[in-house]
Amino acid sequence: MRKRYQWIKEKLIEGALFASALFSIFVTAGIIGVLFFETYEFFKEVSILDFLTDTQWTPLFTDKHFGILPLFAGTFLTTAIAILVALPIGLVSAIYLSEYASDRARNTVKPALEILAAVPTVVYGYFALLFVTPILQRFIPDLSGFNALSPGIVMGIMIIPIIASLSEDAMHAVPMGLREGAYALGAAKFQVATRVVVPAAFSGIAASFILGISRAVGETMVVAIAAGQQPRLTLNPLVPLETVTAYIVQVSLGDTPTGTIEYKTIFAAGMGLFTVTFVLNIVSYWLKKRFREVYE
Amino acid sequence: METAFKVKNLKAYYGPKEALKDVSFDILKKTVTAIIGPSGCGKSTFIRCLNRMNDLVLGFNVKGEILYDGKNIYSKDIDVIDIRRQIGMVFQKPNPFPKSIYENVVYGLRIQGINRKETLDNVVEESLRKAAIWEEVKDRLHTSALQLSGGQQQRLCIARAIATEPEVILFDEPCSALDPIATAKIEDLITALKQEYTVVIVTHNMQQAARVSEYTGFFMMGELVEFDATQKIFTTPSNKMTEDYITGRFG
Ligand SMILES: Nc1ncnc2c1ncn2[C@@H]1O[C@H](COP(=O)(O)OP(=O)(O)O)[C@@H](O)[C@H]1O
Ligand SMILES: [Mg+2]
Repeated sequence: MRKRYQWIKEKLIEGALFASALFSIFVTAGIIGVLFFETYEFFKEVSILDFLTDTQWTPLFTDKHFGILPLFAGTFLTTAIAILVALPIGLVSAIYLSEYASDRARNTVKPALEILAAVPTVVYGYFALLFVTPILQRFIPDLSGFNALSPGIVMGIMIIPIIASLSEDAMHAVPMGLREGAYALGAAKFQVATRVVVPAAFSGIAASFILGISRAVGETMVVAIAAGQQPRLTLNPLVPLETVTAYIVQVSLGDTPTGTIEYKTIFAAGMGLFTVTFVLNIVSYWLKKRFREVYE
Repeated sequence: METAFKVKNLKAYYGPKEALKDVSFDILKKTVTAIIGPSGCGKSTFIRCLNRMNDLVLGFNVKGEILYDGKNIYSKDIDVIDIRRQIGMVFQKPNPFPKSIYENVVYGLRIQGINRKETLDNVVEESLRKAAIWEEVKDRLHTSALQLSGGQQQRLCIARAIATEPEVILFDEPCSALDPIATAKIEDLITALKQEYTVVIVTHNMQQAARVSEYTGFFMMGELVEFDATQKIFTTPSNKMTEDYITGRFG
Protein backbone atom coordinates (compact mmCIF):
# COMPACT_ATOMS: atom_id res chain seq x y z
CA MET A 1 0.00 0.00 0.00
CA ARG A 2 2.74 2.34 1.09
CA LYS A 3 4.73 1.40 -1.98
CA ARG A 4 1.84 2.12 -4.26
CA TYR A 5 1.38 5.56 -2.69
CA GLN A 6 5.06 6.27 -3.22
CA TRP A 7 4.78 5.20 -6.81
CA ILE A 8 1.84 7.51 -7.50
CA LYS A 9 3.66 10.38 -5.85
CA GLU A 10 6.73 9.80 -8.00
CA LYS A 11 4.62 9.66 -11.13
CA LEU A 12 2.81 12.88 -10.22
CA ILE A 13 6.07 14.71 -9.64
CA GLU A 14 7.45 13.39 -12.90
CA GLY A 15 4.30 14.48 -14.70
CA ALA A 16 4.44 17.98 -13.21
CA LEU A 17 8.09 18.39 -14.19
CA PHE A 18 7.35 17.17 -17.68
CA ALA A 19 4.42 19.56 -18.00
CA SER A 20 6.51 22.58 -17.01
CA ALA A 21 9.23 21.59 -19.44
CA LEU A 22 6.62 21.21 -22.15
CA PHE A 23 5.08 24.56 -21.25
CA SER A 24 8.35 26.46 -21.69
CA ILE A 25 8.91 24.75 -25.03
CA PHE A 26 5.41 25.74 -26.16
CA VAL A 27 5.94 29.34 -25.10
CA THR A 28 9.23 29.54 -26.97
CA ALA A 29 7.71 27.92 -30.02
CA GLY A 30 4.78 30.36 -29.77
CA ILE A 31 7.07 33.38 -29.68
CA ILE A 32 9.06 32.15 -32.65
CA GLY A 33 5.79 31.36 -34.43
CA VAL A 34 4.49 34.92 -33.99
CA LEU A 35 7.85 36.27 -35.08
CA PHE A 36 7.75 34.21 -38.26
CA PHE A 37 4.12 35.05 -38.97
CA GLU A 38 4.47 38.81 -38.61
CA THR A 39 7.71 38.77 -40.56
CA TYR A 40 5.91 36.92 -43.32
CA GLU A 41 3.18 39.56 -43.26
CA PHE A 42 5.83 42.26 -43.46
CA PHE A 43 7.45 40.77 -46.53
CA LYS A 44 4.10 40.70 -48.28
CA GLU A 45 4.35 44.46 -48.39
CA VAL A 46 8.10 45.04 -48.63
CA SER A 47 10.39 43.13 -50.92
CA ILE A 48 13.25 41.22 -49.30
CA LEU A 49 15.65 42.82 -51.75
CA ASP A 50 14.69 46.35 -50.60
CA PHE A 51 14.90 45.22 -47.01
CA LEU A 52 18.42 43.91 -47.43
CA THR A 53 19.86 46.52 -49.81
CA ASP A 54 18.12 49.86 -49.28
CA THR A 55 20.40 52.20 -47.39
CA GLN A 56 17.68 54.08 -45.54
CA TRP A 57 15.41 53.03 -42.72
CA THR A 58 12.54 55.49 -42.41
CA PRO A 59 9.37 53.50 -41.72
CA LEU A 60 8.07 56.17 -39.37
CA PHE A 61 8.22 58.94 -41.98
CA THR A 62 5.96 59.64 -44.93
CA ASP A 63 8.73 58.81 -47.40
CA LYS A 64 9.11 55.24 -46.20
CA HIS A 65 12.27 53.22 -46.76
CA PHE A 66 12.77 49.77 -45.31
CA GLY A 67 16.51 49.14 -45.63
CA ILE A 68 17.71 47.29 -42.55
CA LEU A 69 21.36 48.09 -43.27
CA PRO A 70 21.57 51.29 -41.18
CA LEU A 71 20.22 49.46 -38.14
CA PHE A 72 22.59 46.57 -38.71
CA ALA A 73 25.45 49.02 -39.13
CA GLY A 74 24.53 50.53 -35.76
CA THR A 75 24.44 47.12 -34.13
CA PHE A 76 27.65 46.11 -35.83
CA LEU A 77 29.52 49.24 -34.79
CA THR A 78 28.49 49.23 -31.13
CA THR A 79 29.14 45.48 -30.92
CA ALA A 80 32.56 45.83 -32.52
CA ILE A 81 33.56 48.53 -30.04
CA ALA A 82 32.26 46.43 -27.16
CA ILE A 83 34.22 43.40 -28.31
CA LEU A 84 37.37 45.47 -28.80
CA VAL A 85 37.11 46.41 -25.14
CA ALA A 86 35.88 43.12 -23.71
CA LEU A 87 38.02 40.62 -25.60
CA PRO A 88 41.49 41.59 -24.44
CA ILE A 89 40.48 42.56 -20.92
CA GLY A 90 38.28 39.50 -20.49
CA LEU A 91 40.96 37.14 -21.76
CA VAL A 92 43.73 38.66 -19.68
CA SER A 93 41.52 38.50 -16.58
CA ALA A 94 40.75 34.86 -17.31
CA ILE A 95 44.43 34.02 -17.70
CA TYR A 96 45.19 35.78 -14.46
CA LEU A 97 42.38 34.06 -12.58
CA SER A 98 43.09 30.60 -13.94
CA GLU A 99 46.88 30.54 -13.95
CA TYR A 100 48.15 33.14 -11.50
CA ALA A 101 45.59 33.90 -8.82
CA SER A 102 45.59 31.94 -5.58
CA ASP A 103 42.55 29.80 -4.87
CA ARG A 104 41.41 32.40 -2.38
CA ALA A 105 41.65 35.27 -4.86
CA ARG A 106 39.81 33.23 -7.49
CA ASN A 107 37.07 32.29 -5.07
CA THR A 108 36.54 35.96 -4.24
CA VAL A 109 36.82 37.43 -7.71
CA LYS A 110 34.67 34.91 -9.58
CA PRO A 111 31.48 35.51 -7.56
CA ALA A 112 32.19 39.25 -7.72
CA LEU A 113 32.30 39.01 -11.52
CA GLU A 114 28.98 37.25 -11.50
CA ILE A 115 27.47 40.02 -9.39
CA LEU A 116 28.78 42.54 -11.89
CA ALA A 117 26.92 40.60 -14.57
CA ALA A 118 23.73 40.98 -12.54
CA VAL A 119 23.70 44.80 -12.56
CA PRO A 120 20.56 45.90 -14.48
CA THR A 121 21.56 47.08 -17.93
CA VAL A 122 19.57 50.29 -17.59
CA VAL A 123 22.16 51.32 -14.99
CA TYR A 124 24.90 50.74 -17.54
CA GLY A 125 22.89 52.79 -20.02
CA TYR A 126 22.76 55.87 -17.84
CA PHE A 127 26.36 55.28 -16.84
CA ALA A 128 27.25 55.56 -20.54
CA LEU A 129 25.08 58.62 -21.19
CA LEU A 130 25.76 60.66 -18.08
CA PHE A 131 29.25 59.61 -17.09
CA VAL A 132 31.28 58.08 -19.91
CA THR A 133 30.12 60.35 -22.75
CA PRO A 134 30.96 63.62 -20.89
CA ILE A 135 34.38 62.25 -20.00
CA LEU A 136 35.03 61.17 -23.57
CA GLN A 137 33.91 64.58 -24.82
CA ARG A 138 36.80 66.18 -22.95
CA PHE A 139 39.21 64.24 -25.13
CA ILE A 140 37.11 64.11 -28.30
CA PRO A 141 35.39 67.48 -28.73
CA ASP A 142 33.57 66.24 -31.86
CA LEU A 143 31.74 63.55 -29.95
CA SER A 144 27.97 63.99 -30.02
CA GLY A 145 25.89 63.58 -26.90
CA PHE A 146 24.52 60.40 -28.42
CA ASN A 147 27.10 58.22 -30.12
CA ALA A 148 28.29 54.63 -30.64
CA LEU A 149 31.58 54.96 -28.84
CA SER A 150 30.39 55.45 -25.29
CA PRO A 151 27.68 52.76 -25.19
CA GLY A 152 30.08 50.47 -27.08
CA ILE A 153 32.72 50.88 -24.39
CA VAL A 154 30.19 50.45 -21.61
CA MET A 155 28.72 47.34 -23.22
CA GLY A 156 32.29 46.05 -23.44
CA ILE A 157 32.70 46.58 -19.70
CA MET A 158 29.38 44.87 -19.21
CA ILE A 159 30.39 41.71 -21.07
CA ILE A 160 33.89 41.43 -19.60
CA PRO A 161 32.54 39.28 -16.74
CA ILE A 162 30.89 36.87 -19.19
CA ILE A 163 34.05 36.44 -21.20
CA ALA A 164 36.35 36.34 -18.17
CA SER A 165 34.21 33.89 -16.26
CA LEU A 166 33.49 31.48 -19.12
CA SER A 167 37.05 31.59 -20.46
CA GLU A 168 38.31 30.95 -16.96
CA ASP A 169 36.06 27.91 -16.71
CA ALA A 170 37.48 26.59 -19.97
CA MET A 171 41.07 27.23 -18.93
CA HIS A 172 40.55 25.74 -15.51
CA ALA A 173 39.24 22.56 -17.15
CA VAL A 174 42.51 22.04 -19.04
CA PRO A 175 44.08 18.99 -17.39
CA MET A 176 46.98 19.64 -15.02
CA GLY A 177 48.92 17.01 -16.97
CA LEU A 178 49.22 19.32 -19.96
CA ARG A 179 50.69 22.09 -17.84
CA GLU A 180 53.12 19.62 -16.27
CA GLY A 181 54.11 18.41 -19.72
CA ALA A 182 55.05 21.95 -20.69
CA TYR A 183 56.83 22.76 -17.44
CA ALA A 184 58.84 19.56 -17.82
CA LEU A 185 60.09 20.87 -21.18
CA GLY A 186 61.38 24.00 -19.49
CA ALA A 187 58.47 26.31 -20.16
CA ALA A 188 58.06 29.41 -18.01
CA LYS A 189 54.73 30.10 -16.35
CA PHE A 190 53.69 32.71 -18.90
CA GLN A 191 54.55 30.34 -21.77
CA VAL A 192 52.50 27.60 -20.18
CA ALA A 193 49.56 29.98 -19.86
CA THR A 194 49.72 31.46 -23.35
CA ARG A 195 51.11 28.58 -25.37
CA VAL A 196 49.50 25.56 -23.75
CA VAL A 197 46.51 26.51 -21.67
CA VAL A 198 44.99 29.13 -23.97
CA PRO A 199 45.32 27.03 -27.15
CA ALA A 200 44.08 23.95 -25.30
CA ALA A 201 41.06 25.86 -24.04
CA PHE A 202 40.59 27.56 -27.39
CA SER A 203 37.16 26.31 -28.30
CA GLY A 204 35.85 27.09 -24.82
CA ILE A 205 37.35 30.56 -24.98
CA ALA A 206 35.96 31.11 -28.47
CA ALA A 207 32.56 30.02 -27.24
CA SER A 208 32.74 32.66 -24.51
CA PHE A 209 33.72 35.31 -27.08
CA ILE A 210 30.79 34.43 -29.26
CA LEU A 211 28.42 34.45 -26.33
CA GLY A 212 29.79 37.90 -25.49
CA ILE A 213 29.21 39.07 -29.06
CA SER A 214 25.73 37.61 -29.01
CA ARG A 215 25.07 39.45 -25.78
CA ALA A 216 26.28 42.74 -27.28
CA VAL A 217 24.21 42.25 -30.42
CA GLY A 218 21.09 41.67 -28.37
CA GLU A 219 21.81 44.36 -25.78
CA THR A 220 19.07 46.98 -25.77
CA MET A 221 18.96 49.39 -22.87
CA VAL A 222 22.51 50.70 -23.10
CA VAL A 223 22.28 51.56 -26.77
CA ALA A 224 18.69 52.77 -26.59
CA ILE A 225 19.71 55.24 -23.89
CA ALA A 226 23.14 56.37 -25.03
CA ALA A 227 23.49 55.81 -28.78
CA GLY A 228 20.54 57.86 -30.02
CA GLN A 229 17.65 57.02 -32.30
CA GLN A 230 18.85 58.01 -35.73
CA PRO A 231 19.22 55.11 -38.18
CA ARG A 232 22.34 55.99 -40.08
CA LEU A 233 24.48 53.92 -42.37
CA THR A 234 27.87 54.80 -40.92
CA LEU A 235 30.89 53.38 -39.20
CA ASN A 236 31.69 56.68 -37.52
CA PRO A 237 31.60 56.05 -33.75
CA LEU A 238 31.22 59.74 -32.90
CA VAL A 239 27.73 60.43 -34.27
CA PRO A 240 24.26 59.36 -33.10
CA LEU A 241 22.89 56.19 -34.67
CA GLU A 242 20.37 53.49 -33.93
CA THR A 243 20.76 49.75 -33.42
CA VAL A 244 18.22 47.08 -34.28
CA THR A 245 17.31 46.64 -30.64
CA ALA A 246 17.01 50.36 -29.96
CA TYR A 247 14.66 50.69 -32.93
CA ILE A 248 12.45 47.92 -31.63
CA VAL A 249 12.19 49.64 -28.26
CA GLN A 250 11.46 52.96 -29.90
CA VAL A 251 8.55 51.62 -31.89
CA SER A 252 7.27 49.39 -29.10
CA LEU A 253 7.13 52.33 -26.72
CA GLY A 254 5.41 54.58 -29.27
CA ASP A 255 1.73 54.49 -30.18
CA THR A 256 2.05 52.52 -33.40
CA PRO A 257 -1.27 50.74 -34.05
CA THR A 258 -1.23 46.96 -34.30
CA GLY A 259 -1.31 45.60 -37.83
CA THR A 260 0.23 48.61 -39.57
CA ILE A 261 3.41 48.29 -41.58
CA GLU A 262 5.27 50.31 -38.93
CA TYR A 263 4.17 47.72 -36.40
CA LYS A 264 5.33 44.86 -38.58
CA THR A 265 8.80 46.37 -38.98
CA ILE A 266 9.45 45.43 -35.37
CA PHE A 267 9.08 41.81 -36.24
CA ALA A 268 11.13 41.98 -39.39
CA ALA A 269 13.92 43.75 -37.53
CA GLY A 270 13.53 41.32 -34.65
CA MET A 271 13.74 38.42 -37.07
CA GLY A 272 17.01 39.75 -38.45
CA LEU A 273 18.36 40.05 -34.93
CA PHE A 274 17.10 36.62 -33.98
CA THR A 275 18.81 35.07 -36.98
CA VAL A 276 22.14 36.61 -36.02
CA THR A 277 22.04 35.69 -32.33
CA PHE A 278 20.67 32.24 -33.15
CA VAL A 279 23.58 31.50 -35.44
CA LEU A 280 26.04 32.86 -32.88
CA ASN A 281 24.58 30.71 -30.15
CA ILE A 282 24.70 27.60 -32.32
CA VAL A 283 28.34 28.25 -33.10
CA SER A 284 29.07 28.82 -29.43
CA TYR A 285 27.27 25.63 -28.47
CA TRP A 286 29.14 23.67 -31.09
CA LEU A 287 32.49 25.03 -29.94
CA LYS A 288 31.75 24.19 -26.33
CA LYS A 289 30.76 20.67 -27.27
CA ARG A 290 33.94 20.22 -29.22
CA PHE A 291 35.92 21.43 -26.23
CA ARG A 292 34.21 18.87 -24.04
CA GLU A 293 34.92 16.07 -26.46
CA VAL A 294 38.63 16.78 -26.25
CA TYR A 295 38.87 16.53 -22.46
CA GLU A 296 36.10 14.38 -21.07
CA MET B 1 81.00 5.15 -13.96
CA GLU B 2 80.11 8.80 -13.47
CA THR B 3 77.36 9.92 -11.13
CA ALA B 4 74.44 11.90 -12.51
CA PHE B 5 72.58 12.57 -9.26
CA LYS B 6 73.91 12.47 -5.76
CA VAL B 7 70.92 12.42 -3.44
CA LYS B 8 71.90 13.43 0.10
CA ASN B 9 69.58 13.23 3.10
CA LEU B 10 66.57 14.19 1.03
CA LYS B 11 63.41 14.85 2.99
CA ALA B 12 60.21 16.01 1.35
CA TYR B 13 57.07 17.46 2.87
CA TYR B 14 53.56 18.21 1.66
CA GLY B 15 52.70 20.83 4.23
CA PRO B 16 53.32 19.09 7.55
CA LYS B 17 53.19 15.61 6.01
CA GLU B 18 56.57 13.97 5.50
CA ALA B 19 56.58 12.07 2.20
CA LEU B 20 60.29 11.24 1.99
CA LYS B 21 62.40 10.44 5.05
CA ASP B 22 66.10 10.94 4.67
CA VAL B 23 66.81 9.37 1.30
CA SER B 24 70.42 9.10 0.15
CA PHE B 25 71.86 7.31 -2.86
CA ASP B 26 73.60 7.90 -6.19
CA ILE B 27 72.18 7.59 -9.68
CA LEU B 28 74.75 6.74 -12.35
CA LYS B 29 75.00 8.29 -15.78
CA LYS B 30 73.80 6.36 -18.81
CA THR B 31 72.17 3.63 -16.81
CA VAL B 32 68.56 2.78 -16.10
CA THR B 33 67.64 3.13 -12.45
CA ALA B 34 64.28 1.78 -11.33
CA ILE B 35 62.33 2.99 -8.33
CA ILE B 36 59.90 0.41 -6.98
CA GLY B 37 57.65 0.17 -3.96
CA PRO B 38 54.01 -0.04 -2.94
CA SER B 39 51.54 2.65 -3.87
CA GLY B 40 51.89 5.83 -1.80
CA CYS B 41 55.45 5.11 -0.68
CA GLY B 42 56.82 8.27 -2.26
CA LYS B 43 58.08 7.07 -5.65
CA SER B 44 56.45 9.92 -7.57
CA THR B 45 57.43 12.43 -4.93
CA PHE B 46 61.03 11.32 -5.26
CA ILE B 47 61.28 11.34 -9.05
CA ARG B 48 59.52 14.72 -9.21
CA CYS B 49 62.21 16.12 -6.94
CA LEU B 50 64.82 15.32 -9.58
CA ASN B 51 63.49 17.96 -12.01
CA ARG B 52 61.82 20.12 -9.38
CA MET B 53 58.39 19.32 -10.74
CA ASN B 54 57.12 19.44 -7.15
CA ASP B 55 57.72 23.19 -7.13
CA LEU B 56 54.25 23.39 -8.66
CA VAL B 57 52.64 21.86 -5.58
CA LEU B 58 51.55 24.41 -3.03
CA GLY B 59 53.06 23.77 0.40
CA PHE B 60 55.73 21.39 -0.90
CA ASN B 61 59.14 21.57 0.74
CA VAL B 62 62.44 19.73 0.65
CA LYS B 63 65.40 19.44 2.98
CA GLY B 64 68.72 17.92 2.08
CA GLU B 65 70.42 18.08 -1.30
CA ILE B 66 70.24 16.66 -4.78
CA LEU B 67 73.51 17.25 -6.56
CA TYR B 68 73.30 17.09 -10.32
CA ASP B 69 76.67 17.41 -12.02
CA GLY B 70 77.94 18.48 -8.63
CA LYS B 71 75.47 21.34 -8.15
CA ASN B 72 72.54 21.29 -5.76
CA ILE B 73 69.46 21.69 -7.93
CA TYR B 74 67.57 23.12 -4.96
CA SER B 75 70.10 25.88 -4.29
CA LYS B 76 68.87 29.42 -4.83
CA ASP B 77 71.11 30.35 -7.75
CA ILE B 78 69.84 27.47 -9.92
CA ASP B 79 67.50 28.32 -12.78
CA VAL B 80 64.73 25.76 -12.58
CA ILE B 81 63.97 26.15 -16.28
CA ASP B 82 67.56 25.20 -17.06
CA ILE B 83 67.25 22.12 -14.86
CA ARG B 84 64.08 20.99 -16.59
CA ARG B 85 65.66 21.41 -20.01
CA GLN B 86 68.46 19.09 -19.00
CA ILE B 87 66.19 16.66 -17.19
CA GLY B 88 63.18 15.63 -19.25
CA MET B 89 60.14 13.83 -17.95
CA VAL B 90 57.51 11.41 -19.21
CA PHE B 91 54.37 11.05 -17.16
CA GLN B 92 52.04 8.28 -16.09
CA LYS B 93 49.20 9.38 -18.31
CA PRO B 94 50.26 10.31 -21.86
CA ASN B 95 49.84 14.08 -22.06
CA PRO B 96 50.37 15.25 -25.63
CA PHE B 97 49.30 18.83 -26.27
CA PRO B 98 46.15 19.22 -28.38
CA LYS B 99 48.29 20.19 -31.34
CA SER B 100 49.76 18.35 -34.30
CA ILE B 101 52.34 15.61 -33.86
CA TYR B 102 54.96 17.92 -35.32
CA GLU B 103 54.13 20.80 -33.00
CA ASN B 104 54.21 18.49 -30.00
CA VAL B 105 57.75 17.44 -30.78
CA VAL B 106 59.07 20.94 -31.41
CA TYR B 107 57.27 22.57 -28.48
CA GLY B 108 60.35 22.56 -26.25
CA LEU B 109 62.38 24.20 -29.02
CA ARG B 110 59.79 26.81 -29.87
CA ILE B 111 59.60 28.04 -26.30
CA GLN B 112 63.36 28.49 -26.46
CA GLY B 113 62.79 30.70 -29.49
CA ILE B 114 64.07 28.16 -32.02
CA ASN B 115 61.84 28.44 -35.08
CA ARG B 116 64.03 27.70 -38.10
CA LYS B 117 62.09 25.25 -40.20
CA GLU B 118 65.09 23.17 -41.25
CA THR B 119 66.27 22.75 -37.68
CA LEU B 120 62.81 21.82 -36.52
CA ASP B 121 62.24 19.36 -39.37
CA ASN B 122 65.47 17.59 -38.52
CA VAL B 123 64.72 17.48 -34.82
CA VAL B 124 61.26 16.09 -35.49
CA GLU B 125 62.55 13.23 -37.60
CA GLU B 126 65.45 12.43 -35.32
CA SER B 127 63.37 12.53 -32.12
CA LEU B 128 60.55 10.47 -33.56
CA ARG B 129 63.05 7.91 -34.82
CA LYS B 130 64.72 7.66 -31.44
CA ALA B 131 61.29 7.21 -29.88
CA ALA B 132 60.58 4.38 -32.34
CA ILE B 133 57.46 5.99 -33.73
CA TRP B 134 58.71 7.68 -36.90
CA GLU B 135 57.55 4.96 -39.27
CA GLU B 136 54.04 5.05 -37.82
CA VAL B 137 53.54 8.79 -38.04
CA LYS B 138 55.85 10.14 -40.74
CA ASP B 139 52.97 10.55 -43.18
CA ARG B 140 50.73 12.42 -40.79
CA LEU B 141 53.01 14.74 -38.89
CA HIS B 142 50.55 17.57 -39.19
CA THR B 143 47.51 15.75 -37.89
CA SER B 144 46.37 15.98 -34.30
CA ALA B 145 48.38 14.07 -31.74
CA LEU B 146 45.16 13.25 -29.93
CA GLN B 147 44.23 10.79 -32.69
CA LEU B 148 47.11 8.50 -31.80
CA SER B 149 46.63 5.43 -29.62
CA GLY B 150 47.70 5.56 -25.98
CA GLY B 151 50.97 3.76 -26.66
CA GLN B 152 51.75 6.01 -29.60
CA GLN B 153 50.93 9.08 -27.55
CA GLN B 154 53.35 7.94 -24.87
CA ARG B 155 56.12 7.40 -27.42
CA LEU B 156 55.33 10.84 -28.84
CA CYS B 157 55.77 12.25 -25.34
CA ILE B 158 59.14 10.52 -25.20
CA ALA B 159 60.06 12.07 -28.56
CA ARG B 160 58.95 15.43 -27.22
CA ALA B 161 61.24 15.00 -24.23
CA ILE B 162 64.14 13.87 -26.43
CA ALA B 163 63.76 16.84 -28.77
CA THR B 164 65.28 19.33 -26.35
CA GLU B 165 68.36 17.11 -25.98
CA PRO B 166 68.21 16.45 -22.26
CA GLU B 167 70.81 14.37 -20.47
CA VAL B 168 68.34 12.63 -18.23
CA ILE B 169 64.84 11.32 -18.86
CA LEU B 170 62.56 10.60 -15.93
CA PHE B 171 59.67 8.18 -16.34
CA ASP B 172 56.88 8.04 -13.78
CA GLU B 173 55.02 4.76 -14.39
CA PRO B 174 55.02 5.34 -18.16
CA CYS B 175 53.20 2.10 -18.94
CA SER B 176 50.52 1.98 -16.31
CA ALA B 177 47.89 3.20 -18.78
CA LEU B 178 49.04 0.97 -21.64
CA ASP B 179 48.31 -2.53 -22.91
CA PRO B 180 51.04 -5.25 -22.87
CA ILE B 181 52.09 -4.75 -26.49
CA ALA B 182 52.48 -1.00 -26.12
CA THR B 183 54.26 -1.62 -22.82
CA ALA B 184 56.76 -3.95 -24.49
CA LYS B 185 57.54 -1.27 -27.08
CA ILE B 186 58.17 1.35 -24.41
CA GLU B 187 60.38 -1.05 -22.47
CA ASP B 188 62.50 -1.80 -25.55
CA LEU B 189 62.75 1.90 -26.13
CA ILE B 190 63.90 2.60 -22.57
CA THR B 191 66.57 -0.07 -22.88
CA ALA B 192 67.79 1.58 -26.07
CA LEU B 193 67.74 5.07 -24.59
CA LYS B 194 70.38 4.33 -21.96
CA GLN B 195 73.07 4.42 -24.67
CA GLU B 196 72.64 8.18 -24.67
CA TYR B 197 70.64 9.13 -21.63
CA THR B 198 70.46 8.64 -17.93
CA VAL B 199 67.09 7.05 -17.25
CA VAL B 200 65.16 6.93 -13.99
CA ILE B 201 61.93 4.97 -14.07
CA VAL B 202 59.28 4.61 -11.42
CA THR B 203 57.24 1.46 -11.74
CA HIS B 204 55.01 -0.62 -9.55
CA ASN B 205 55.58 -3.50 -11.93
CA MET B 206 58.51 -5.49 -10.58
CA GLN B 207 59.01 -7.55 -13.73
CA GLN B 208 59.36 -4.30 -15.59
CA ALA B 209 62.02 -3.08 -13.19
CA ALA B 210 63.84 -6.38 -13.56
CA ARG B 211 63.63 -6.24 -17.36
CA VAL B 212 64.78 -2.70 -18.01
CA SER B 213 66.97 -1.52 -15.15
CA GLU B 214 70.52 -2.03 -13.93
CA TYR B 215 69.94 -0.49 -10.52
CA THR B 216 66.87 -0.59 -8.35
CA GLY B 217 65.81 1.36 -5.31
CA PHE B 218 63.06 -0.03 -3.14
CA PHE B 219 60.94 2.53 -1.27
CA MET B 220 58.62 1.89 1.65
CA MET B 221 56.62 4.55 3.43
CA GLY B 222 58.91 7.35 2.35
CA GLU B 223 62.12 5.53 3.12
CA LEU B 224 64.67 4.03 0.79
CA VAL B 225 64.81 0.52 2.15
CA GLU B 226 67.41 -0.84 -0.21
CA PHE B 227 69.35 0.33 -3.23
CA ASP B 228 71.52 -2.00 -5.26
CA ALA B 229 72.17 -3.61 -8.62
CA THR B 230 68.85 -4.85 -9.98
CA GLN B 231 70.11 -8.37 -10.24
CA LYS B 232 71.09 -8.35 -6.58
CA ILE B 233 67.76 -6.86 -5.47
CA PHE B 234 65.80 -9.49 -7.31
CA THR B 235 67.93 -12.52 -6.40
CA THR B 236 69.55 -11.91 -3.04
CA PRO B 237 68.11 -8.81 -1.40
CA SER B 238 69.77 -7.97 1.87
CA ASN B 239 66.65 -6.57 3.53
CA LYS B 240 63.77 -8.73 4.68
CA MET B 241 61.19 -6.13 3.58
CA THR B 242 62.61 -6.02 0.07
CA GLU B 243 62.45 -9.76 -0.13
CA ASP B 244 58.84 -9.81 1.07
CA TYR B 245 57.93 -7.19 -1.49
CA ILE B 246 59.56 -8.75 -4.53
CA THR B 247 58.24 -12.18 -3.69
CA GLY B 248 54.79 -10.65 -3.58
CA ARG B 249 54.15 -11.22 0.08
CA PHE B 250 52.68 -7.72 0.41
CA GLY B 251 52.12 -4.51 -1.50
N1 LIG C 1 50.04 16.96 -3.83
C1 LIG C 1 50.06 16.27 -2.67
N2 LIG C 1 49.61 16.83 -1.53
C2 LIG C 1 49.62 16.15 -0.37
N3 LIG C 1 50.08 14.91 -0.24
C3 LIG C 1 50.56 14.27 -1.32
C4 LIG C 1 50.56 14.93 -2.60
N4 LIG C 1 51.10 14.06 -3.51
C5 LIG C 1 51.37 12.94 -2.81
N5 LIG C 1 51.06 13.06 -1.51
C6 LIG C 1 51.26 12.04 -0.44
O1 LIG C 1 52.62 11.69 -0.39
C7 LIG C 1 52.75 10.29 -0.27
C8 LIG C 1 53.60 9.75 -1.40
O2 LIG C 1 52.88 9.89 -2.61
P1 LIG C 1 53.48 9.52 -4.03
O3 LIG C 1 54.85 10.05 -4.10
O4 LIG C 1 52.52 9.98 -5.06
O5 LIG C 1 53.50 7.92 -3.94
P2 LIG C 1 53.67 6.84 -5.11
O6 LIG C 1 54.03 7.55 -6.37
O7 LIG C 1 54.72 5.94 -4.61
O8 LIG C 1 52.38 6.11 -5.21
C9 LIG C 1 51.36 9.70 -0.23
O9 LIG C 1 51.01 9.45 1.10
C10 LIG C 1 50.50 10.77 -0.81
O10 LIG C 1 49.23 10.76 -0.21
MG1 LIG D 1 52.99 7.66 -8.26
